[in-house]
Amino acid sequence: MAMDRRAFLKIAGLTALVGVGGKAGFELLAPGAVDAAEKNVPLTAAKKWGMAVDVQLLDDAVMEKCVEACHVHNNVPHFPDPKEEIKWIWKDTYEHVFPGNENEYLAESFEEKHFLVLCNHCTNPPCCRVCPTKATWKREDGIVMMDMHRCIGCRFCMAACPYGARSFNWSDPRKAPQELNPNFPTNREFPTRSKGVVEKCTFCAERLAKGQFPACVEAGNRVKPGVLVFGDLDDPKSEVRAVLRERYSIRRKPELGTGPNIYYMI
Amino acid sequence: MYDGGKIITGLVVGVGLLLFPVFYNAGKAAKAPDPVLTEKAKAAKQCVEATSYMKSDHMKLLDEWRHEVVRSDERYYKSSSGKVYYKGLQTTCMDCHSNKSKFCDQCHNYVAVDPYCWDCHIAPEENQ
Repeated sequence: MAMDRRAFLKIAGLTALVGVGGKAGFELLAPGAVDAAEKNVPLTAAKKWGMAVDVQLLDDAVMEKCVEACHVHNNVPHFPDPKEEIKWIWKDTYEHVFPGNENEYLAESFEEKHFLVLCNHCTNPPCCRVCPTKATWKREDGIVMMDMHRCIGCRFCMAACPYGARSFNWSDPRKAPQELNPNFPTNREFPTRSKGVVEKCTFCAERLAKGQFPACVEAGNRVKPGVLVFGDLDDPKSEVRAVLRERYSIRRKPELGTGPNIYYMI
Repeated sequence: MYDGGKIITGLVVGVGLLLFPVFYNAGKAAKAPDPVLTEKAKAAKQCVEATSYMKSDHMKLLDEWRHEVVRSDERYYKSSSGKVYYKGLQTTCMDCHSNKSKFCDQCHNYVAVDPYCWDCHIAPEENQ
């Protein structure tokens, strides 16, 4: 077919117009708008999710609420044998949480005090470096995530984690003793795990995707507002950065270079 | 050939025994079970994609979903009809297909596949 220059330019122009009307056009005019509409959720994308724990507000009652909320939401089973224990979030003593910092003349209030500990969602996570299948990896928003479909249960990550934040399923969580786990699985919208995989805190990634706070943060703040401050550590305007700017805070084993993202405001 | 008669008789009997199940069951193939739809699934008229695609490729779709959700945090699926669905076996698929034994299991048993979805994912409670 013979086509002169004029006809070609007309067709090319029309094609470009149709293109602008499509997704590409939207992207040019408002970047991300199409994806946001498709996702149909508030965009919660952060660069570095992190948490600040207000140690002064922290007491055993609050911690128990946080632990319970987490374990109910994530279907975490309870086993009587400490060797089989599954821990996503738990409480521990000062010398276990901050080893090397204890001293003879430690303030009395800290001697008996418990601290809330969970996965630190490290900036430089050693667990992800050793995972042979990339079943655990660092997401772009900073969460150290687990892919249970891919975990082969080698437990390298458990050896690598200096915080003991990872637990192995030695047996099927659904066979956990009934009397300790009434109504298990407690959250029927969330899976359990199977025998032979490692599990850990995920910062409730599926709640974040809906624009909700992690279960522990929601439960803790209901009892003591401000006890757990969750937010984007990369955003100077975030609430977590605001509290960290005002209060002195410490982290667990920062000398190891893992870059933990849970801050304890003393 | 020594003892030719015995050997040939033995062979005929042996082959006969070997082929007996084939002839015995000829024409009696167990019928492939049809998945049973719940009222909710019937009312929805169409699954996230066309029925023929779901029949042949649901496992691929589920595999893509789990990969996208867990690894890329892409939780919404835009189907070819334009409708948007939350990707979730427990929360979306089984919300309509709440009859796992009649919808999933009987076909999987028929074709002798044993997907390990339910080792972790929680099957809906069926009351029958």
